[in-house]
Amino acid sequence: MGRHVLLIEDEPNIIEAIRFLLTRDGWAVETHSDGTDAVEVIRAAEPDLVILDLMLPGRSGMDILRDLRGIPETAKLPILMLTARGQSRDREMAERAGVSRFMTKPFSNAEVLTAVRDLLAQASRP
Amino acid sequence: MASLNMLVVVCLGYVALLFFVAFAADRLAARGRSTWLRSPLIYTLSLSIYCTAWTFYGAVGYAARSGLEFVTIYLGPTLVMVGWWWGLRKLVRIGRSQRVTSIADLISSRYGKSNTLAICVTLLAVIGVTPYISLQLQSITLSFTIFSDADPTAAYAEGSSVLLVAAGLAVFAILFGTRNLDVNERHHGVVTAVALEAVVKLLALLAVGVYVVWGLSGGVDSMMERIDASPIGTWQVHSGRWAAITFLSAAAFVCLPRMFQVMVVENDDERHLRTAAWAFPLYMLLMSLFVVPIAVVGLDIMPPGENPDLFVLTIPLSQGREGLAMLSFLGGFSSATSMVIVAAMALSTMVSNHIVMPIWLSSRGDGASVSGDVRNVVLLSRRVSIAAILALGYFYYRLSGGGAALASIGLIAFAGIAQILPALIGGLFWRGATRTGALVGLVVGFVLWAYTLLLPALGAGLLPQSVLQDGLFGVAWLRPHALFGIDGLDPIVHSVMWSMMLNATIFCAVSLASFPSPLERLQGAQFVNVFDHSAGPRGWTGSVAQSEDLMIMSQRILGAGQAQDLFQREAEAQGVRGHLPEPTPAFLEMLERELAGSVGAATAHAMIGQIVGGSSVSVEDLLAVADESAQMLEYSSQLEAKSVELSRTARKLREANEKLTQLSMQKDAFLSQVSHELRTPMTSIRAFSEILRDADGLEAAEQTRCATIIHDEALRLTRLLNDLLDLSVLESGQVSLNMRYGVLSEVLDHAEAAALAGADTPLKVIREWGGEAVQLQSDLDRLAQVFINLIANAQKYCNAEQPELRIRVQMAGHQVVIDFIDNGRGIPSEAQDTIFEKFVRLRGEKVGGAGLGLAICREIMQRLGGNVTYLTDHGGGAFRVVLPVASRIAAQ
Repeated sequence: MGRHVLLIEDEPNIIEAIRFLLTRDGWAVETHSDGTDAVEVIRAAEPDLVILDLMLPGRSGMDILRDLRGIPETAKLPILMLTARGQSRDREMAERAGVSRFMTKPFSNAEVLTAVRDLLAQASRP
Repeated sequence: MASLNMLVVVCLGYVALLFFVAFAADRLAARGRSTWLRSPLIYTLSLSIYCTAWTFYGAVGYAARSGLEFVTIYLGPTLVMVGWWWGLRKLVRIGRSQRVTSIADLISSRYGKSNTLAICVTLLAVIGVTPYISLQLQSITLSFTIFSDADPTAAYAEGSSVLLVAAGLAVFAILFGTRNLDVNERHHGVVTAVALEAVVKLLALLAVGVYVVWGLSGGVDSMMERIDASPIGTWQVHSGRWAAITFLSAAAFVCLPRMFQVMVVENDDERHLRTAAWAFPLYMLLMSLFVVPIAVVGLDIMPPGENPDLFVLTIPLSQGREGLAMLSFLGGFSSATSMVIVAAMALSTMVSNHIVMPIWLSSRGDGASVSGDVRNVVLLSRRVSIAAILALGYFYYRLSGGGAALASIGLIAFAGIAQILPALIGGLFWRGATRTGALVGLVVGFVLWAYTLLLPALGAGLLPQSVLQDGLFGVAWLRPHALFGIDGLDPIVHSVMWSMMLNATIFCAVSLASFPSPLERLQGAQFVNVFDHSAGPRGWTGSVAQSEDLMIMSQRILGAGQAQDLFQREAEAQGVRGHLPEPTPAFLEMLERELAGSVGAATAHAMIGQIVGGSSVSVEDLLAVADESAQMLEYSSQLEAKSVELSRTARKLREANEKLTQLSMQKDAFLSQVSHELRTPMTSIRAFSEILRDADGLEAAEQTRCATIIHDEALRLTRLLNDLLDLSVLESGQVSLNMRYGVLSEVLDHAEAAALAGADTPLKVIREWGGEAVQLQSDLDRLAQVFINLIANAQKYCNAEQPELRIRVQMAGHQVVIDFIDNGRGIPSEAQDTIFEKFVRLRGEKVGGAGLGLAICREIMQRLGGNVTYLTDHGGGAFRVVLPVASRIAAQ
């Protein structure tokens, strides 16, 4: 079971916090902070899990999600989506687009850890 | 010698005959067997009430005094009858089609059914005719006196006989003039009696004439010699008087209430006028034939001082011809009674309809609800009016003492009545004549007539001698017989000239200046154009009507279903097979009512009239249709206006709704942005504080790092909240500005220091000291806030290796222009439009702000009366602040 997480997020302090958390939990964390080329970066990095911010410079996280679900090799990739916008519509749209887990900022560290563990456990199941 | 008793017996017998004739004629008329009563002969004879006692007795007196001038009295009506019969025909046609009851009614009806005008004409008629009635009473009395003088055995009381005569005439007029209320106001009994009297007076005068010519003068030839020898034959013709009196008698023939009564109101058939046009002049010719011989012989054989007015009576008496005298007396009696009866009837109709009834109706208060008892009230008021008019005549006779010559009273009455003429003629032939014009003309003419003729004639009692001599208020040109200084005219000529001229002139002038009411217009059109459309009966005769056409039209108006139902029901009611009923008059009337509910009464009438073809569409119908159409047009234009208004309101609502929706979306977007900007630092704070709490064994440096981030993010939150509040205050316009005087350079100094304090990357600020020394009046703290923002932005975003910011100050009129230009890469052109919007940040911008800074700058500059813009093509980021030197917006 891979422990490679790709974090797509533009807020430096949040990147630092998540990287700190996951690294301590034993994950390899790679980061990227621009939406424009996010899909290519993900396909190139082939992570076990993607943490995707909704509001990204250049391209919306929602578009990136839809693109990923349309590509066979990333169709089942576990994706944890984060958003700072407090709108329920975003959650519905994300779920329809095939998000694996949706979380609203500010999150608790434990939540993020649990989510990442669960998603990877599910993905590794045959 | 004829005894007075004998005379009284004959007189009573004659009156009884009149009563019988009148009664029989009424009975015949009531049974509908009155064809001979409606003959043109009766009509022509009834016109002879023009010849009153004044003509019967007075013409001889007139001839004895003024020669042939008496002919003018006959000349006027003859000219009217022969030369103006078409005018009379128009009068008769209008009188019949409008159901006119009197001349006052005609004038009132023509001028928009104005009762004021009717009252004026009525008063004028009463004032003009009352002396005339008393004249008739006087003539009867005089003739009685002649007989009583000749009969020493008789004890004759003059006063009581007049009273008796007056009362008897009143009874006759009441009995036959007000027996019932006929719609057509025709009185066959009275007319027949009048016709009989016309025959009697003609026969009497002819008999006396024949006796005088052949009995006393010995034939025509010797008579002619006597005439030539008489002073009458040599008298000069006074052309002014002739013209004036001819005109007066012509006018009076048309305007006198009694003439109007027999000529128009009692007319049964317009065609009778054709006969009367030659027969009546003939009658008058016969009446005048022997006037001169009688006068000449009378002057010859009668003692000097004998009243020439009574020659007709006194000549036979002096020759012992009692039978002839009796006949002559009956002729005079007939002349007087027929005139009084018809005049009283005509006047009573006017007084009752235009004065008594309006007063009675308005005193009742509930005028609209009276019904059955009105007929009785009308009859009663007519009867009382007749009695009152005869009483008036009687009292006038008593007061005036019966002194004045008969002819002069007659002429004065003529001149008064003639004042109606302009309004009447104008009304018949000129559509432009108006009510106001008629009223003013009438009143002016009446006043002038009263002042110049009536009052002077009534004697010194009514008009002081000083007025007659020196004029009113001593003004010479107001003398009654020499108005405006025109002296030396005969009083009659003078009065007629002034009153008629001013009456007609003012009538025309005021008519031209005033505006007729719609009703006046309508009535005017009907009067002037009375021959253009037939005044046929209003009911329908559906013989040529096409039921199918009616059906088609009804469907268009009522709708197919309702129209078919209506026709079906009617067909069943008529027992006709199929669904089309016979176009019976009843059905047509019902259909017209039904259609009127949809399209208006006039239109419905015109439409059915078109299809049925039995009645042409009259001007009145067309006018009414036009009125209805105008109302509908107005209604539809009102609807249109309402609809335009509605659609405008709807558009406004839609716009407001769009605006609200937009505002709502903006608000949602804003809240979403605020939420994002708040949650982002919160996320960092929560994450790092949990790390601090949960993770054991953190190194000291890591702990410090966490704390620093938490601290920075807390500050970021605070800044965000401050900016939001600031922006909210600025946008709502509730910001209070603290306007002060200061020097621009000091504000820039302060801003530069504040913006660069604690900055990690160095920014070189280059100040070009061009106009920095300018003195400003503004809110210097807010201005500094803008400058700090701009300098801090340059400090944060300028990506040059050695970042520089150039601050340049220029003056442009009353404005100071401050440019902030750095040497970085600037703002991409696609973003330049939006950088002043809230929460807009450049791509890849990582540096702390929420994107409110420039939005706040823009708001502040607007409040300060200036602006802040981005300058393109300056290499790096370039902002320009424009500010008025002395703020004029301090009050805002």
